[in-house]
Amino acid sequence: MSTSPHLDLDALIADRGIGVVVCCGAGGVGKTTTAAALGLRAAEAGRRVVVLTIDPARRLAQALGLTELDNTPRPVAGLTSGATGSLDAMMLDMKRTFDEVVEAHADPEKAAQILANPFYQAVSSSFAGTQEYMAMEKLGQLRAQAERDGTWDLIVVDTPPSRSALDFLDAPKRLGSFLDGRFIRLLAAPAKAGGRAYLKVFSVGVDLAARTLSKVLGGQMLTDVQTFVAALDTMFGGFRERADVTYALLKEESTAFLVVASPERDALREAAYFVERLAAESMPLAGLIVNRLTTVSATTLSAARALAAAEQLEEHESGASVTAALTGDLLRLHEDLAATANRQRAHVSRFEAAHPRVPSTTVPARATDVHDLAGLRAVGAALGRATA
Amino acid sequence: MTLVSAALSDLRLHVVTGKGGVGKTTVASALALALAQSGKRVLLVEVEGRQGISQTFDVPPLGIDERLLVNSGDGELWGLAVDAKAALLEYLQIFYKLGRAGNALEKVGAIDFATTIAPGVRDVLLIGKVYEAVGRTDGPRRGQGACVWDAVVLDAPPTGRVGRFLGVNAEVAGIARMGPIKNQADSITRLLQSTNTAVHLVSLLEEMPVQETIDAVTELRSARFGLGLCVVNLVRDPLLDERDTDLLAQTADLEASIKADLDSVGVRATGPMVRGLLSQGRDHADRILLQDEMATELAETGLPLIPLPALVDGVEEGGISVLAEILAEVLDTPLASAP
Ligand SMILES: Nc1ncnc2c1ncn2[C@@H]1O[C@H](COP(=O)(O)OP(=O)(O)O)[C@@H](O)[C@H]1O
Ligand SMILES: Nc1ncnc2c1ncn2[C@@H]1O[C@H](COP(=O)(O)OP(=O)(O)O)[C@@H](O)[C@H]1O
Ligand SMILES: [Mg+2]
Ligand SMILES: [Mg+2]
Repeated sequence: MSTSPHLDLDALIADRGIGVVVCCGAGGVGKTTTAAALGLRAAEAGRRVVVLTIDPARRLAQALGLTELDNTPRPVAGLTSGATGSLDAMMLDMKRTFDEVVEAHADPEKAAQILANPFYQAVSSSFAGTQEYMAMEKLGQLRAQAERDGTWDLIVVDTPPSRSALDFLDAPKRLGSFLDGRFIRLLAAPAKAGGRAYLKVFSVGVDLAARTLSKVLGGQMLTDVQTFVAALDTMFGGFRERADVTYALLKEESTAFLVVASPERDALREAAYFVERLAAESMPLAGLIVNRLTTVSATTLSAARALAAAEQLEEHESGASVTAALTGDLLRLHEDLAATANRQRAHVSRFEAAHPRVPSTTVPARATDVHDLAGLRAVGAALGRATA
Repeated sequence: MTLVSAALSDLRLHVVTGKGGVGKTTVASALALALAQSGKRVLLVEVEGRQGISQTFDVPPLGIDERLLVNSGDGELWGLAVDAKAALLEYLQIFYKLGRAGNALEKVGAIDFATTIAPGVRDVLLIGKVYEAVGRTDGPRRGQGACVWDAVVLDAPPTGRVGRFLGVNAEVAGIARMGPIKNQADSITRLLQSTNTAVHLVSLLEEMPVQETIDAVTELRSARFGLGLCVVNLVRDPLLDERDTDLLAQTADLEASIKADLDSVGVRATGPMVRGLLSQGRDHADRILLQDEMATELAETGLPLIPLPALVDGVEEGGISVLAEILAEVLDTPLASAP
């Protein structure tokens, strides 16, 4: 069926030149599952892996031992006895990561001031984009730690559960530009000597704006914002620059992006946007993973034949065996699965035709959710399959 | 007030939420269509800036004005994509008579700032527009004349954010202790907690959406919002019945017997084919079992469960009408959610 090259993930995880793998895609397609499964497989194949998950399902989190939410990686127990590598896992706590950034860059007194600022609290816990930004921040930290003490040689990153895969690339910059935004700068300007000249140009407009906003939002809020921005400024350069630095890391050859999609039209459309966007930003795409593909086990029986046979069996009900009804239902189930599989294959083929150079691979839908190491291992085995 | 005892069709405001991607926009659209087809003038509102309504009804992107989407004899369905910036400018205009000063605010980036980053302001503005639409009358002043909309359906933010979104009072508490914003927040809260409003949850029979639904039910109940339906989306009918699954689990000599059945209708069955059919059957039985467990967990919320089928061709090609027809059947059932 496949016209595009096969995505060989065992080769990818065996490649010591690859240090970061990022799993992205639309919501619910299996990013977290894929990240964990790939991490486990790489660890059992000898890599020293850390998996940064964002939102694992509760049972999966338990299986990975993510019960202590202290925002640092912990060893995962239960690797096969022959495993030569190691696996650590963590779940991102975005507020805590933000707090840590503040604490690392300001003296204790100042840090305490910022952490108590209501505006800071709102931005660090609820601003759209903070989660994406902090995932990047954490990735940067893990990389620095890996380089410093050689704890890990592979970082597998899950991405936040946004609706659109593109949010992951755009949200941090959005947060950065708001924190660096003109109005915030202008508000903060009086606190800094250098801001004076800038302020003059806009002073009438800004004064009016500030007065109106304090009327609507309350004067305290603007004061909070001013304190917040001034404090952050002295700690480290602009937010946007910081986001830019992390994004530069993602463009390095040692990074591999994996785009995960379900075999449905919308998810694949989203994957197509993402693939094009990665190319436009020269970010290194390794390939597409089509997850939860419907597969048939009785491969030699066609859908049409199964349906005809089921109808025939139902006609002969009188002299039927004990299992006749079951056989009929199994045939109808087969027909349904085969039809679904065909439809999904058509969606995937359309993607492949439009992106013939993007390597891809598939993971069959499992009967139940993936919530233990055995399940992750099975998904990993499907990912590692050497041929399509 | 946690009890909604009216029927669905008596409500003035329907709030639709659920985990991201489960089908909120689709269900909100189908519900709005069902209400319109029952003869009402209905406004469908989205607040997430995703142009989901325009995609669902296959019309050009919605602007900041209401647009007629479907005219169904007696009823009408209109759509609106609320924009926080436009809402703030309008709000400043009404309460502060800013005139051209609004432009100045826009120019220095103050509007962007207030609607994007100032905590809570955005949500208050968005839900303020919904509140305004629910109470809008055709008389000379608010409260005079007949209501312009018989029902408003809100395609709300996902479960993770909906509690904060609807909890406008708490959101503005920090920024406005008096004045017009505070008054408006109070009125909005009264509407949201009244028997005129219900929050509907959309879920799937999968672990994470079910967990999020249960968490949201607890959160919304304790915040005293009335709950309506739990719409279970993308439900696939089981293709095996109980007798089948019992046989699959128990009978020892299944393979031979099934092979004989297949032979009797001329299918030359091989071992791998029979084993393949059996393993497909067992996987399907496991999936049904899991779905049943999930449905049981959802049922424990006490909300009426309304299953919607997975449409093979997606919601385009009239799929929304199919879902609307199913929802039309429950419009008149009384809602009584356990506290
Ligand atoms: N191949 C698969 N077969 C069956 N279920 C799967 C598969 N991959 C993922 N799932 C299930 O789908 C759900 C969503 O997966 P998850 O990895 O959390 O998605 P995402 O991180 O993209 O939102 C989980 O319940 C997971 O167990
Ligand atoms: N019952 C259904 N059958 C088939 N496809 C559906 C159904 N409900 C939703 N979808 C599809 O699933 C995707 C997500 O639905 P949407 O309503 O946009 O979710 P949300 O608003 O919760 O993010 C859309 O592509 C939509 O067309
Ligand atoms: Mg996830
Ligand atoms: Mg939506």
